[in-house]
Amino acid sequence: MEHSTPIEQTVPNKGASTNKHAALQEPRFVRYTLTFIALAFLLFFIVLPLVSIFITAFQKGAQVYFDSITHPDALSAIKLTLTVVAIAVPLNAIFGVMAAWVLTKFNFRGKNLLLTIVDLPFAVSPVIAGLVFVLLFGAQGLFGEWLFANDIKIIFALPGIVLATIFVTLPFVARELIPLMQAQGTTEEEASISLGASGFKTFWHVTLPNIKWGLFYGLILCNARAIGEFGAVSVVSGHIRGMTNTMPLHIEILYNEYQFAAAFAVASLMSVLAIITLVIKDIVDWKSKSV
Amino acid sequence: MSSLTLKKKPARIIPGFHLSLGYTMLYVSLLVLLPLSMIFINTMSLSWAEFIAIISDPRAVASYKLSFGTALTAGLLNVVFGTIIAWVLVRYNFPFKRIIDGLVDLPFALPTAVAGIALTSLYAPNGWIGQFFDFKIAFTPLGIIIALTFIGLPFVVRTVQPVLQNISAEIEEASASLGATRLQTFTKVIFPELAPAILTGFSLAFARALGEYGSVVFIAGNMPMKTEITPLIIMTKLEQYDYAGATAIATVMLVTSFVLLFTINIMQWLANRRFVH
Repeated sequence: MEHSTPIEQTVPNKGASTNKHAALQEPRFVRYTLTFIALAFLLFFIVLPLVSIFITAFQKGAQVYFDSITHPDALSAIKLTLTVVAIAVPLNAIFGVMAAWVLTKFNFRGKNLLLTIVDLPFAVSPVIAGLVFVLLFGAQGLFGEWLFANDIKIIFALPGIVLATIFVTLPFVARELIPLMQAQGTTEEEASISLGASGFKTFWHVTLPNIKWGLFYGLILCNARAIGEFGAVSVVSGHIRGMTNTMPLHIEILYNEYQFAAAFAVASLMSVLAIITLVIKDIVDWKSKSV
Repeated sequence: MSSLTLKKKPARIIPGFHLSLGYTMLYVSLLVLLPLSMIFINTMSLSWAEFIAIISDPRAVASYKLSFGTALTAGLLNVVFGTIIAWVLVRYNFPFKRIIDGLVDLPFALPTAVAGIALTSLYAPNGWIGQFFDFKIAFTPLGIIIALTFIGLPFVVRTVQPVLQNISAEIEEASASLGATRLQTFTKVIFPELAPAILTGFSLAFARALGEYGSVVFIAGNMPMKTEITPLIIMTKLEQYDYAGATAIATVMLVTSFVLLFTINIMQWLANRRFVH
Protein backbone atom coordinates (compact mmCIF):
# COMPACT_ATOMS: atom_id res chain seq x y z
CA MET A 1 0.00 0.00 0.00
CA GLU A 2 2.83 2.41 0.78
CA HIS A 3 4.18 2.18 -2.73
CA SER A 4 0.89 2.36 -4.58
CA THR A 5 -0.06 5.45 -6.55
CA PRO A 6 -2.93 7.60 -5.37
CA ILE A 7 -5.23 6.23 -8.07
CA GLU A 8 -4.56 2.62 -7.15
CA GLN A 9 -5.18 3.53 -3.56
CA THR A 10 -8.61 4.98 -4.13
CA VAL A 11 -9.89 2.11 -6.25
CA PRO A 12 -9.59 -0.74 -3.70
CA ASN A 13 -10.83 1.57 -0.96
CA LYS A 14 -13.92 2.33 -2.93
CA GLY A 15 -14.48 -1.36 -3.47
CA ALA A 16 -14.06 -2.03 0.22
CA SER A 17 -16.54 0.64 1.20
CA THR A 18 -19.28 -0.66 -1.13
CA ASN A 19 -18.68 -4.15 0.26
CA LYS A 20 -19.00 -2.78 3.74
CA HIS A 21 -22.31 -1.20 2.86
CA ALA A 22 -23.71 -4.46 1.55
CA ALA A 23 -22.66 -6.67 4.46
CA LEU A 24 -22.34 -4.33 7.39
CA GLN A 25 -25.11 -1.83 7.00
CA GLU A 26 -28.83 -2.17 7.14
CA PRO A 27 -30.84 -1.77 3.94
CA ARG A 28 -31.55 1.85 3.10
CA PHE A 29 -35.24 1.37 3.94
CA VAL A 30 -34.39 0.21 7.47
CA ARG A 31 -31.92 3.06 7.97
CA TYR A 32 -34.46 5.67 6.94
CA THR A 33 -37.24 4.13 9.04
CA LEU A 34 -35.08 4.00 12.18
CA THR A 35 -33.87 7.56 11.68
CA PHE A 36 -37.46 8.68 11.14
CA ILE A 37 -38.67 6.93 14.32
CA ALA A 38 -35.83 8.40 16.39
CA LEU A 39 -36.35 11.93 15.11
CA ALA A 40 -40.15 11.75 15.44
CA PHE A 41 -39.81 10.54 19.03
CA LEU A 42 -37.39 13.36 19.90
CA LEU A 43 -39.69 15.85 18.17
CA PHE A 44 -42.72 14.89 20.28
CA PHE A 45 -40.90 14.41 23.57
CA ILE A 46 -38.08 16.96 23.53
CA VAL A 47 -38.27 19.56 20.77
CA LEU A 48 -41.99 20.45 20.85
CA PRO A 49 -42.10 20.80 24.66
CA LEU A 50 -39.05 23.09 24.53
CA VAL A 51 -40.43 25.20 21.67
CA SER A 52 -43.87 25.42 23.28
CA ILE A 53 -42.37 26.96 26.43
CA PHE A 54 -41.03 29.95 24.53
CA ILE A 55 -44.09 30.37 22.30
CA THR A 56 -46.52 30.23 25.23
CA ALA A 57 -44.30 32.62 27.19
CA PHE A 58 -44.66 35.29 24.49
CA GLN A 59 -48.30 34.48 23.65
CA LYS A 60 -49.64 37.58 25.38
CA GLY A 61 -46.90 39.81 24.03
CA ALA A 62 -43.53 41.04 25.16
CA GLN A 63 -45.04 43.41 27.73
CA VAL A 64 -46.71 40.60 29.71
CA TYR A 65 -43.49 38.61 29.41
CA PHE A 66 -41.33 41.31 30.92
CA ASP A 67 -43.94 42.18 33.56
CA SER A 68 -44.02 38.51 34.57
CA ILE A 69 -40.30 38.14 35.01
CA THR A 70 -39.85 41.49 36.75
CA HIS A 71 -42.80 41.04 39.13
CA PRO A 72 -41.59 41.39 42.75
CA ASP A 73 -42.64 37.80 43.55
CA ALA A 74 -40.73 36.53 40.51
CA LEU A 75 -37.66 38.56 41.43
CA SER A 76 -37.70 37.32 45.02
CA ALA A 77 -38.09 33.74 43.73
CA ILE A 78 -35.08 34.24 41.45
CA LYS A 79 -33.09 35.71 44.33
CA LEU A 80 -34.00 32.84 46.65
CA THR A 81 -33.10 30.22 44.04
CA LEU A 82 -29.72 31.88 43.44
CA THR A 83 -29.06 32.06 47.20
CA VAL A 84 -29.87 28.36 47.64
CA VAL A 85 -27.65 27.42 44.70
CA ALA A 86 -24.80 29.61 45.97
CA ILE A 87 -24.80 27.68 49.27
CA ALA A 88 -25.66 24.13 48.17
CA VAL A 89 -23.49 23.77 45.05
CA PRO A 90 -20.11 24.80 46.57
CA LEU A 91 -20.72 22.60 49.62
CA ASN A 92 -21.48 19.59 47.43
CA ALA A 93 -18.50 20.42 45.22
CA ILE A 94 -16.11 20.34 48.21
CA PHE A 95 -17.77 17.17 49.41
CA GLY A 96 -17.55 15.66 45.92
CA VAL A 97 -13.80 16.28 45.72
CA MET A 98 -13.22 14.93 49.24
CA ALA A 99 -15.35 11.83 48.64
CA ALA A 100 -13.76 11.15 45.26
CA TRP A 101 -10.29 11.59 46.81
CA VAL A 102 -10.88 9.08 49.59
CA LEU A 103 -12.76 6.63 47.35
CA THR A 104 -10.24 6.57 44.51
CA LYS A 105 -6.80 7.18 46.06
CA PHE A 106 -7.09 4.74 48.97
CA ASN A 107 -8.24 1.23 49.74
CA PHE A 108 -10.06 0.65 52.99
CA ARG A 109 -12.72 -1.59 54.48
CA GLY A 110 -16.26 -0.51 53.78
CA LYS A 111 -15.31 1.40 50.65
CA ASN A 112 -18.15 -0.08 48.59
CA LEU A 113 -20.60 0.66 51.38
CA LEU A 114 -19.51 4.30 51.45
CA LEU A 115 -19.85 4.46 47.66
CA THR A 116 -23.40 3.14 47.92
CA ILE A 117 -24.26 5.70 50.61
CA VAL A 118 -22.94 8.52 48.43
CA ASP A 119 -25.24 7.28 45.64
CA LEU A 120 -28.24 6.86 47.94
CA PRO A 121 -29.91 10.24 47.30
CA PHE A 122 -30.33 9.24 43.63
CA ALA A 123 -32.54 6.35 44.71
CA VAL A 124 -34.75 8.41 47.02
CA SER A 125 -37.87 10.17 45.78
CA PRO A 126 -37.54 13.98 46.05
CA VAL A 127 -40.70 14.06 48.16
CA ILE A 128 -39.07 11.73 50.68
CA ALA A 129 -35.93 13.90 50.59
CA GLY A 130 -38.09 16.78 51.78
CA LEU A 131 -40.03 14.66 54.26
CA VAL A 132 -36.93 13.53 56.16
CA PHE A 133 -36.01 17.12 57.00
CA VAL A 134 -39.56 17.82 58.17
CA LEU A 135 -39.22 14.80 60.47
CA LEU A 136 -35.96 16.21 61.82
CA PHE A 137 -36.68 19.91 62.11
CA GLY A 138 -40.46 20.32 61.70
CA ALA A 139 -42.73 21.39 64.57
CA GLN A 140 -43.35 17.73 65.52
CA GLY A 141 -39.87 16.65 64.48
CA LEU A 142 -36.94 15.34 66.49
CA PHE A 143 -35.43 18.79 67.09
CA GLY A 144 -38.73 20.65 66.67
CA GLU A 145 -39.26 21.68 70.27
CA TRP A 146 -35.66 22.71 70.81
CA LEU A 147 -35.67 24.81 67.63
CA PHE A 148 -38.97 26.42 68.65
CA ALA A 149 -37.62 27.21 72.12
CA ASN A 150 -34.56 28.83 70.60
CA ASP A 151 -36.57 30.59 67.90
CA ILE A 152 -34.70 29.00 65.01
CA LYS A 153 -36.64 28.33 61.83
CA ILE A 154 -35.42 25.61 59.49
CA ILE A 155 -38.56 24.19 57.92
CA PHE A 156 -40.60 26.71 55.89
CA ALA A 157 -37.45 28.85 55.73
CA LEU A 158 -34.17 29.15 53.83
CA PRO A 159 -32.15 26.55 55.82
CA GLY A 160 -34.71 23.83 55.08
CA ILE A 161 -34.70 24.61 51.37
CA VAL A 162 -30.89 24.55 51.36
CA LEU A 163 -30.76 21.22 53.23
CA ALA A 164 -33.27 19.57 50.90
CA THR A 165 -31.36 20.86 47.86
CA ILE A 166 -28.04 19.61 49.25
CA PHE A 167 -29.57 16.17 49.84
CA VAL A 168 -30.97 15.86 46.32
CA THR A 169 -27.82 17.13 44.54
CA LEU A 170 -25.27 15.50 46.87
CA PRO A 171 -23.95 12.76 44.53
CA PHE A 172 -23.55 14.82 41.32
CA VAL A 173 -19.96 16.09 41.66
CA ALA A 174 -18.69 12.93 43.37
CA ARG A 175 -20.30 10.76 40.68
CA GLU A 176 -18.54 12.68 37.89
CA LEU A 177 -15.15 12.65 39.61
CA ILE A 178 -15.00 9.05 40.86
CA PRO A 179 -14.70 7.24 37.49
CA LEU A 180 -12.31 9.92 36.23
CA MET A 181 -9.95 9.76 39.22
CA GLN A 182 -10.20 5.97 39.28
CA ALA A 183 -8.93 5.85 35.69
CA GLN A 184 -6.09 8.26 36.47
CA GLY A 185 -4.75 6.18 39.35
CA THR A 186 -2.32 7.46 41.95
CA THR A 187 1.09 7.42 40.23
CA GLU A 188 1.23 11.15 39.45
CA GLU A 189 0.35 12.10 43.02
CA GLU A 190 2.88 9.61 44.38
CA ALA A 191 5.57 11.13 42.17
CA SER A 192 4.69 14.63 43.33
CA ILE A 193 4.74 13.67 47.02
CA SER A 194 8.01 11.77 46.74
CA LEU A 195 9.58 14.82 45.10
CA GLY A 196 8.73 16.74 48.24
CA ALA A 197 5.51 18.57 47.38
CA SER A 198 2.98 19.01 50.17
CA GLY A 199 -0.39 17.30 50.04
CA PHE A 200 -2.19 20.51 49.23
CA LYS A 201 0.36 21.50 46.59
CA THR A 202 0.01 18.05 45.01
CA PHE A 203 -3.75 18.39 44.88
CA TRP A 204 -3.60 21.90 43.47
CA HIS A 205 -0.90 21.35 40.82
CA VAL A 206 -1.27 17.67 39.95
CA THR A 207 -4.77 16.38 40.68
CA LEU A 208 -6.86 19.45 39.99
CA PRO A 209 -5.56 20.08 36.45
CA ASN A 210 -6.36 16.44 35.65
CA ILE A 211 -9.91 16.57 36.93
CA LYS A 212 -10.89 20.16 36.14
CA TRP A 213 -13.27 19.34 33.26
CA GLY A 214 -14.95 16.52 35.16
CA LEU A 215 -15.29 18.80 38.18
CA PHE A 216 -16.70 21.56 36.02
CA TYR A 217 -19.21 19.22 34.41
CA GLY A 218 -20.25 17.85 37.80
CA LEU A 219 -20.75 21.44 39.00
CA ILE A 220 -22.90 22.24 35.97
CA LEU A 221 -25.12 19.18 36.52
CA CYS A 222 -25.36 19.87 40.25
CA ASN A 223 -26.22 23.48 39.51
CA ALA A 224 -28.95 22.56 36.99
CA ARG A 225 -30.59 20.16 39.42
CA ALA A 226 -30.28 22.59 42.35
CA ILE A 227 -31.94 25.37 40.38
CA GLY A 228 -34.75 23.14 39.20
CA GLU A 229 -35.43 20.98 42.26
CA PHE A 230 -39.15 20.90 42.87
CA GLY A 231 -40.45 17.98 44.93
CA ALA A 232 -38.05 18.16 47.88
CA VAL A 233 -38.15 21.95 48.07
CA SER A 234 -41.93 21.92 47.76
CA VAL A 235 -42.20 19.84 50.95
CA VAL A 236 -39.98 22.05 53.11
CA SER A 237 -40.74 25.49 51.68
CA GLY A 238 -44.22 26.29 52.96
CA HIS A 239 -44.90 28.24 49.73
CA ILE A 240 -44.77 31.68 51.32
CA ARG A 241 -44.93 34.17 48.49
CA GLY A 242 -42.03 36.54 48.21
CA MET A 243 -40.38 34.65 51.06
CA THR A 244 -39.83 30.94 50.55
CA ASN A 245 -40.82 30.43 46.92
CA THR A 246 -38.07 29.28 44.62
CA MET A 247 -38.42 29.67 40.85
CA PRO A 248 -40.01 26.23 40.23
CA LEU A 249 -42.48 26.80 43.09
CA HIS A 250 -43.32 30.24 41.70
CA ILE A 251 -44.03 28.62 38.32
CA GLU A 252 -46.35 26.12 40.00
CA ILE A 253 -48.34 28.86 41.75
CA LEU A 254 -48.72 30.92 38.58
CA TYR A 255 -49.76 27.81 36.63
CA ASN A 256 -52.33 26.77 39.22
CA GLU A 257 -53.75 30.31 39.09
CA TYR A 258 -54.17 29.92 35.32
CA GLN A 259 -51.63 32.66 34.66
CA PHE A 260 -50.17 30.53 31.89
CA ALA A 261 -48.25 33.28 30.06
CA ALA A 262 -46.58 34.36 33.30
CA ALA A 263 -45.83 30.76 34.35
CA PHE A 264 -44.24 30.03 30.99
CA ALA A 265 -42.32 33.32 31.05
CA VAL A 266 -40.54 32.28 34.25
CA ALA A 267 -40.26 28.75 32.84
CA SER A 268 -38.57 30.17 29.73
CA LEU A 269 -35.88 31.76 31.91
CA MET A 270 -35.18 28.36 33.42
CA SER A 271 -35.21 26.76 29.97
CA VAL A 272 -32.56 29.20 28.78
CA LEU A 273 -30.43 28.09 31.74
CA ALA A 274 -31.06 24.47 30.77
CA ILE A 275 -29.97 25.14 27.18
CA ILE A 276 -26.82 26.91 28.41
CA THR A 277 -26.14 23.83 30.56
CA LEU A 278 -26.39 21.60 27.48
CA VAL A 279 -24.07 23.86 25.47
CA ILE A 280 -21.48 23.89 28.27
CA LYS A 281 -21.75 20.11 28.49
CA ASP A 282 -21.04 19.85 24.78
CA ILE A 283 -17.99 22.13 25.11
CA VAL A 284 -16.71 20.19 28.12
CA ASP A 285 -17.14 16.88 26.26
CA TRP A 286 -15.18 18.30 23.36
CA LYS A 287 -12.47 19.80 25.57
CA SER A 288 -11.96 16.66 27.62
CA LYS A 289 -11.72 14.57 24.46
CA SER A 290 -9.10 16.88 22.92
CA VAL A 291 -6.95 16.99 26.08
CA MET B 1 7.35 -8.72 66.47
CA SER B 2 9.15 -8.60 63.16
CA SER B 3 6.50 -10.73 61.48
CA LEU B 4 3.89 -8.33 62.75
CA THR B 5 5.57 -5.32 61.19
CA LEU B 6 5.91 -7.23 57.95
CA LYS B 7 2.21 -7.96 57.88
CA LYS B 8 1.40 -4.31 58.38
CA LYS B 9 0.30 -2.51 55.26
CA PRO B 10 2.89 -0.20 53.74
CA ALA B 11 2.50 3.40 54.88
CA ARG B 12 0.17 5.40 52.68
CA ILE B 13 2.19 7.73 50.47
CA ILE B 14 -0.70 9.93 49.45
CA PRO B 15 -1.78 12.26 52.26
CA GLY B 16 -5.24 13.27 53.38
CA PHE B 17 -6.74 9.86 54.06
CA HIS B 18 -8.04 10.67 57.53
CA LEU B 19 -9.15 14.17 56.57
CA SER B 20 -11.06 13.14 53.45
CA LEU B 21 -12.51 10.00 55.02
CA GLY B 22 -13.58 11.91 58.12
CA TYR B 23 -15.09 14.73 56.14
CA THR B 24 -16.95 12.37 53.79
CA MET B 25 -18.29 10.25 56.64
CA LEU B 26 -19.40 13.29 58.62
CA TYR B 27 -21.10 14.86 55.59
CA VAL B 28 -23.04 11.74 54.55
CA SER B 29 -23.90 10.90 58.16
CA LEU B 30 -25.40 14.31 58.87
CA LEU B 31 -27.02 14.91 55.51
CA VAL B 32 -28.00 11.44 54.27
CA LEU B 33 -27.96 8.76 56.97
CA LEU B 34 -29.40 10.73 59.89
CA PRO B 35 -32.25 12.23 57.79
CA LEU B 36 -33.09 8.89 56.13
CA SER B 37 -33.02 7.03 59.43
CA MET B 38 -35.83 9.34 60.60
CA ILE B 39 -38.18 7.50 58.24
CA PHE B 40 -37.50 4.18 59.95
CA ILE B 41 -37.45 5.65 63.47
CA ASN B 42 -40.80 7.35 62.96
CA THR B 43 -42.30 4.24 61.39
CA MET B 44 -41.14 2.24 64.39
CA SER B 45 -43.38 4.38 66.63
CA LEU B 46 -46.39 2.97 64.78
CA SER B 47 -47.78 -0.39 65.83
CA TRP B 48 -47.62 -3.16 63.23
CA ALA B 49 -51.41 -3.07 62.81
CA GLU B 50 -51.42 0.70 62.30
CA PHE B 51 -48.59 0.44 59.80
CA ILE B 52 -50.37 -2.28 57.80
CA ALA B 53 -53.63 -0.33 57.89
CA ILE B 54 -51.96 2.78 56.44
CA ILE B 55 -49.97 1.07 53.72
CA SER B 56 -52.80 -1.24 52.63
CA ASP B 57 -55.37 1.53 52.39
CA PRO B 58 -57.13 1.11 49.00
CA ARG B 59 -56.09 4.61 47.90
CA ALA B 60 -52.44 3.83 48.69
CA VAL B 61 -52.60 0.45 46.96
CA ALA B 62 -54.13 2.06 43.87
CA SER B 63 -51.23 4.53 43.87
CA TYR B 64 -48.62 1.73 44.07
CA LYS B 65 -50.19 0.02 41.09
CA LEU B 66 -50.30 3.28 39.15
CA SER B 67 -46.74 4.35 40.03
CA PHE B 68 -45.34 0.90 39.31
CA GLY B 69 -47.30 0.38 36.09
CA THR B 70 -46.58 3.79 34.60
CA ALA B 71 -42.88 3.68 35.58
CA LEU B 72 -42.57 0.20 34.05
CA THR B 73 -44.34 1.22 30.83
CA ALA B 74 -42.24 4.38 30.53
CA GLY B 75 -39.08 2.37 31.18
CA LEU B 76 -39.99 -0.12 28.44
CA LEU B 77 -40.83 2.70 26.00
CA ASN B 78 -37.43 4.17 26.77
CA VAL B 79 -35.75 0.84 26.16
CA VAL B 80 -37.26 0.61 22.66
CA PHE B 81 -36.98 4.24 21.57
CA GLY B 82 -33.84 5.04 23.58
CA THR B 83 -32.00 2.14 21.95
CA ILE B 84 -33.20 3.22 18.48
CA ILE B 85 -32.08 6.81 19.19
CA ALA B 86 -28.67 5.65 20.46
CA TRP B 87 -28.31 3.43 17.38
CA VAL B 88 -29.24 6.21 14.95
CA LEU B 89 -26.94 8.71 16.70
CA VAL B 90 -23.96 6.33 16.60
CA ARG B 91 -24.43 4.67 13.21
CA TYR B 92 -26.14 7.10 10.83
CA ASN B 93 -25.58 10.61 9.59
CA PHE B 94 -28.25 13.25 9.21
CA PRO B 95 -28.46 17.04 9.39
CA PHE B 96 -28.16 18.77 12.79
CA LYS B 97 -27.00 15.51 14.34
CA ARG B 98 -24.80 17.21 16.93
CA ILE B 99 -27.58 19.50 18.16
CA ILE B 100 -30.04 16.61 18.29
CA ASP B 101 -27.50 14.54 20.22
CA GLY B 102 -27.15 17.38 22.72
CA LEU B 103 -30.92 17.75 23.11
CA VAL B 104 -31.19 14.17 24.40
CA ASP B 105 -29.82 15.48 27.72
CA LEU B 106 -32.54 18.12 28.04
CA PRO B 107 -34.53 16.12 30.62
CA PHE B 108 -31.44 16.16 32.87
CA ALA B 109 -31.07 19.93 32.58
CA LEU B 110 -34.67 21.14 32.44
CA PRO B 111 -36.40 21.64 35.81
CA THR B 112 -39.07 18.98 36.29
CA ALA B 113 -41.79 21.55 36.96
CA VAL B 114 -41.00 23.26 33.64
CA ALA B 115 -41.14 19.92 31.84
CA GLY B 116 -44.40 19.19 33.62
CA ILE B 117 -46.24 22.34 32.53
CA ALA B 118 -44.83 22.15 28.99
CA LEU B 119 -45.90 18.51 28.48
CA THR B 120 -49.29 19.19 30.06
CA SER B 121 -50.08 22.08 27.75
CA LEU B 122 -48.94 20.06 24.71
CA TYR B 123 -50.88 16.90 25.51
CA ALA B 124 -53.99 18.56 27.04
CA PRO B 125 -57.21 18.02 25.02
CA ASN B 126 -56.82 21.46 23.39
CA GLY B 127 -53.00 21.35 23.20
CA TRP B 128 -50.81 21.26 20.09
CA ILE B 129 -50.63 17.46 20.16
CA GLY B 130 -53.62 16.54 22.34
CA GLN B 131 -56.15 18.05 19.92
CA PHE B 132 -55.35 15.39 17.31
CA PHE B 133 -56.45 12.55 19.56
CA ASP B 134 -60.01 11.40 20.22
CA PHE B 135 -59.09 10.29 23.73
CA LYS B 136 -57.62 12.25 26.61
CA ILE B 137 -53.86 11.96 27.15
CA ALA B 138 -53.10 14.55 29.83
CA PHE B 139 -54.95 13.97 33.14
CA THR B 140 -54.96 10.18 32.56
CA PRO B 141 -52.33 7.49 33.25
CA LEU B 142 -51.21 8.02 29.62
CA GLY B 143 -50.10 11.53 30.55
CA ILE B 144 -48.12 10.16 33.50
CA ILE B 145 -46.41 7.70 31.15
CA ILE B 146 -45.48 10.57 28.82
CA ALA B 147 -43.93 12.62 31.64
CA LEU B 148 -42.00 9.60 32.96
CA THR B 149 -40.79 8.70 29.47
CA PHE B 150 -39.47 12.24 29.07
CA ILE B 151 -37.66 12.05 32.41
CA GLY B 152 -36.11 8.62 31.71
CA LEU B 153 -35.03 8.97 28.09
CA PRO B 154 -31.43 10.16 28.64
CA PHE B 155 -30.69 7.32 31.05
CA VAL B 156 -31.17 4.68 28.34
CA VAL B 157 -29.62 6.64 25.46
CA ARG B 158 -26.55 7.68 27.47
CA THR B 159 -25.82 4.18 28.77
CA VAL B 160 -26.34 2.42 25.41
CA GLN B 161 -24.52 5.00 23.25
CA PRO B 162 -20.93 4.49 24.54
CA VAL B 163 -21.26 0.69 24.42
CA LEU B 164 -22.48 0.87 20.84
CA GLN B 165 -19.58 3.17 19.98
CA ASN B 166 -17.09 0.70 21.41
CA ILE B 167 -18.34 -2.41 19.58
CA SER B 168 -15.48 -3.15 17.23
CA ALA B 169 -16.25 -3.38 13.53
CA GLU B 170 -14.28 -6.64 13.39
CA ILE B 171 -16.88 -8.74 15.18
CA GLU B 172 -19.59 -7.51 12.82
CA GLU B 173 -17.32 -8.17 9.86
CA ALA B 174 -16.58 -11.64 11.17
CA SER B 175 -20.28 -12.33 11.58
CA ALA B 176 -21.05 -11.07 8.07
CA SER B 177 -18.18 -12.99 6.48
CA LEU B 178 -19.44 -16.17 8.12
CA GLY B 179 -22.68 -15.68 6.23
CA ALA B 180 -24.95 -14.06 8.80
CA THR B 181 -27.61 -11.70 7.53
CA ARG B 182 -27.66 -8.19 8.95
CA LEU B 183 -30.59 -9.11 11.21
CA GLN B 184 -28.76 -12.19 12.49
CA THR B 185 -25.66 -10.11 13.17
CA PHE B 186 -27.80 -7.71 15.16
CA THR B 187 -29.69 -10.28 17.22
CA LYS B 188 -26.80 -12.69 17.75
CA VAL B 189 -23.76 -10.40 17.91
CA ILE B 190 -24.65 -6.78 18.61
CA PHE B 191 -27.67 -7.17 20.88
CA PRO B 192 -25.96 -9.44 23.45
CA GLU B 193 -23.24 -6.77 23.76
CA LEU B 194 -25.84 -4.06 24.30
CA ALA B 195 -28.10 -6.01 26.66
CA PRO B 196 -26.31 -5.16 29.96
CA ALA B 197 -26.25 -1.45 29.05
CA ILE B 198 -29.94 -1.52 28.09
CA LEU B 199 -30.73 -3.22 31.40
CA THR B 200 -28.74 -0.61 33.33
CA GLY B 201 -30.41 2.24 31.47
CA PHE B 202 -33.84 0.72 32.03
CA SER B 203 -33.30 0.28 35.74
CA LEU B 204 -31.97 3.82 36.19
CA ALA B 205 -34.95 5.23 34.30
CA PHE B 206 -37.38 2.98 36.19
CA ALA B 207 -35.96 3.90 39.60
CA ARG B 208 -36.08 7.59 38.77
CA ALA B 209 -39.64 7.28 37.44
CA LEU B 210 -40.91 5.56 40.60
CA GLY B 211 -40.01 8.56 42.74
CA GLU B 212 -40.63 11.32 40.20
CA TYR B 213 -42.92 14.09 41.36
CA GLY B 214 -42.39 17.47 39.67
CA SER B 215 -43.16 16.58 36.08
CA VAL B 216 -46.02 14.24 36.96
CA VAL B 217 -48.21 16.36 39.27
CA PHE B 218 -49.11 18.78 36.49
CA ILE B 219 -50.02 16.21 33.83
CA ALA B 220 -51.56 13.55 36.09
CA GLY B 221 -54.80 15.24 37.09
CA ASN B 222 -54.24 13.78 40.58
CA MET B 223 -57.60 12.01 40.93
CA PRO B 224 -57.60 9.68 43.98
CA MET B 225 -57.71 6.00 42.97
CA LYS B 226 -57.18 6.91 39.31
CA THR B 227 -54.24 9.21 38.65
CA GLU B 228 -52.67 9.71 42.06
CA ILE B 229 -49.03 8.57 42.21
CA THR B 230 -47.42 7.39 45.46
CA PRO B 231 -45.19 10.46 46.01
CA LEU B 232 -48.34 12.59 45.76
CA ILE B 233 -50.01 10.52 48.52
CA ILE B 234 -47.04 11.38 50.76
CA MET B 235 -47.39 15.04 49.81
CA THR B 236 -51.14 15.06 50.52
CA LYS B 237 -50.67 13.40 53.90
CA LEU B 238 -47.98 15.97 54.78
CA GLU B 239 -50.28 18.84 53.89
CA GLN B 240 -52.83 17.36 56.30
CA TYR B 241 -50.07 17.12 58.97
CA ASP B 242 -50.48 13.32 58.91
CA TYR B 243 -46.77 12.66 59.50
CA ALA B 244 -47.28 9.05 60.59
CA GLY B 245 -49.16 8.27 57.39
CA ALA B 246 -46.63 10.05 55.18
CA THR B 247 -43.76 8.23 56.88
CA ALA B 248 -45.38 4.80 56.55
CA ILE B 249 -45.92 5.27 52.80
CA ALA B 250 -42.37 6.65 52.49
CA THR B 251 -41.09 3.45 54.13
CA VAL B 252 -42.82 1.38 51.46
CA MET B 253 -41.23 3.52 48.73
CA LEU B 254 -37.77 3.46 50.29
CA VAL B 255 -37.79 -0.29 50.83
CA THR B 256 -39.00 -0.79 47.24
CA SER B 257 -36.19 1.41 45.90
CA PHE B 258 -33.55 -0.39 47.95
CA VAL B 259 -34.80 -3.83 46.93
CA LEU B 260 -34.85 -2.62 43.34
CA LEU B 261 -31.28 -1.30 43.53
CA PHE B 262 -30.14 -4.54 45.08
CA THR B 263 -31.86 -6.63 42.40
CA ILE B 264 -30.40 -4.43 39.67
CA ASN B 265 -26.89 -4.90 41.04
CA ILE B 266 -27.34 -8.67 41.10
CA MET B 267 -28.82 -8.70 37.61
CA GLN B 268 -25.95 -6.60 36.31
CA TRP B 269 -23.46 -8.90 37.94
CA LEU B 270 -25.15 -11.91 36.32
CA ALA B 271 -25.40 -10.14 32.96
CA ASN B 272 -21.74 -9.18 33.05
CA ARG B 273 -20.80 -12.73 33.87
CA ARG B 274 -22.92 -13.99 31.00
CA PHE B 275 -21.93 -11.50 28.31
CA VAL B 276 -18.54 -10.07 29.12
CA HIS B 277 -15.69 -12.52 28.98
